[in-house]
Amino acid sequence: MRNVAIIGIGQTPVDEHWGTSLRALAAKAVLSALDDANLPGVEALYVGNMLSGILTSQENLGALIAETCGMPGIEAVKVEAACGSAAAAFRQAVLAVASGAVDSATAVGVEKLTEMSGTATTFGLATASDSDYEAAMGLSFVAINALLMRRYMHEYGWRKEDFAPFVMNAHRNAAHNPNAMFRKPITAEQYAQAKVVADPINLLDSSPIGDGAAAVVVVAEEHLSRYGGRPVAVRACEIGTDTIALDNRKDPLWLEGVERSTLKAFRSAGVRHQDIDFFELHDAFSIMTALSLEASGFAEKGRALKLANEAYFGIGGKMPLMTFGGLKGRGHPVGATGVYQIVEACLQLRDQAPAAIHVSGARRAMTQNIGGSGANVVTTILERMG
Amino acid sequence: MDIPRSWRLRNQRYLLEGTRCSHCDQKHFPPVLICPACQSRETAPFAFSGQGKLYSYSVVYQAPSQFEAFVPYIVALVDLEEGPRITAQLTDVSPEEVQIGMPLEKVIRKISEEGERGLIFYGYKFRPLVTY
Ligand SMILES: [Zn+2]
Repeated sequence: MRNVAIIGIGQTPVDEHWGTSLRALAAKAVLSALDDANLPGVEALYVGNMLSGILTSQENLGALIAETCGMPGIEAVKVEAACGSAAAAFRQAVLAVASGAVDSATAVGVEKLTEMSGTATTFGLATASDSDYEAAMGLSFVAINALLMRRYMHEYGWRKEDFAPFVMNAHRNAAHNPNAMFRKPITAEQYAQAKVVADPINLLDSSPIGDGAAAVVVVAEEHLSRYGGRPVAVRACEIGTDTIALDNRKDPLWLEGVERSTLKAFRSAGVRHQDIDFFELHDAFSIMTALSLEASGFAEKGRALKLANEAYFGIGGKMPLMTFGGLKGRGHPVGATGVYQIVEACLQLRDQAPAAIHVSGARRAMTQNIGGSGANVVTTILERMG
Repeated sequence: MDIPRSWRLRNQRYLLEGTRCSHCDQKHFPPVLICPACQSRETAPFAFSGQGKLYSYSVVYQAPSQFEAFVPYIVALVDLEEGPRITAQLTDVSPEEVQIGMPLEKVIRKISEEGERGLIFYGYKFRPLVTY
C-alpha cells in the first residue's frame, strides 16, 4: 500500500443554510478543497452523508455531487455510517489512493438538516440506532446517550456539573473558529440551567445539529512533487465496530468500537498515546467525551472527568481537545462531521489555525468520528510534513 | 411503523421471545441467527420470564415525531434475569420513584399509534415488580 497525503481542504460554516441545497453545499466544500490543492479535478469522489434519503428525498449522492462539481463520469459513491459517515468516506478515499486504484480522490462530508421540522430530524437521527428494538420503543438518539450518562454517574459517583468543563472548553475554542455554529463561551451556570432533553442530558450536553460540508483531496505521497499545496500525511485511518444496540454490549460504559479502532490506528501508524499532540474526539454528547477518552486509552475507566481541566485539555495543555470547538461548539452536521475534524486537524498541522486556538508545534493529530452510540468508529492519525 | 414489520416482530413484542443457543445455552434477546458467545448457528426460540432489574433509565422530554404525544416518558435498560439486557419503556411509575437496581416485570402496553385513525402498536414495557 502507498502512503497517502492530504493536499487540499475545504469547508463551509456549520449553520442553518436555508438558501443552499445539499448539492450546492457539497460543491462549495469540494471546490474549495480542489482550489486549495490547485487541482481541476480528481479521479474518485466519496460522499459521506447520513440523512439525505430521509430529509431531502435524495440518494445516489455520488453521481449527483460529481456532476455538480464539474466532474461527471468519475467513480463516485455515497458512504453511510450514521454520524461516522464522513470519516468512513475519507477512509475509502485513502484506500483508493493507497491501493493504487486511483492517484487522486476527494472525500466530502455533507448534511442538510434544516430541510424538515425538528421532530422529523429527531426521527431521522434515531435511525442510527436499532430500528426494531431501540427506536421503535421510543428511544431518541439523545435518550440512548442519556442511558449511558445516567449509568456512568451511578457507577462512578460523578455529578452532572462534573461534565461542565468539557462543554465550556469546546465553546471557548469555538468562539475563535470562523466556521463554528456557536461562537460564544458558556458559563457553568448556563450549563447547569439548560433545558433538559432526555434526563440527565440537557441542551448544552448535546451538540447542536446544523447544515454543513467539508472536503479533503488526497494523493499518493510518492507523487507529492507533482502538486503544490501544503501536504499533511495520513498515517492511519481505521474503522472498528461494536453492536448497534447498547443493550447487546457486555459493558455499555466501555466503547469496544472505540478501543478497536484506536488500537488498529496506533498499530498502522506505529505510534503510542504519548505521540499524539491533540485529539479531535466525537463529543456529540458530554458523556461521549468521557467514554471516548477512556476507551481510547487516554484515561482510566470511570476516571475521564478527572481530566476535565484546562491544564489537560486547554490549547496549551497536555492533550488539547476539540481545538476548533468540537461537535459541541463547531456544530454537528451529522454525516459531514468526520471530515470537519480532519480539516481542522490539517489547519493545526499546517499552522493555519487562528492564533488563540493554535496548538503550536503539534506534530501528530488524532481525530475520531463515531456513528451511532459507539457502533462504528473511525480513527485517523495525521502528521505534519516537512 | 409498517404493518409487515409489526407482524414479523409479534413474538418478540408480545411474548418476549428471543433465542437460546443449543450449543452453549446462552440466551439472547433480540433473537439471533448466530450465537455471539460461541458462533453456533443452532439456536431455538426461548421465551423470557419478563422479570429483571433496572440498569439505567432516562426521562424523555423531546421525542421523535411518533412519540411526541407521550412525553414525558421513561425509557430504560433492563437486565433480564436470564441474562440479556433489553431496551424498553417503564410504565406505572413516576420518575421520582425510579431507582437503578429496582426489580421490574414485563407488561403489554400501547407503544405507539399512527394518528387518530391509524394502527395502534402494542408491545412490552416494564413496571415495578408487583409482589402479593
Ligand atoms: Zn452459543
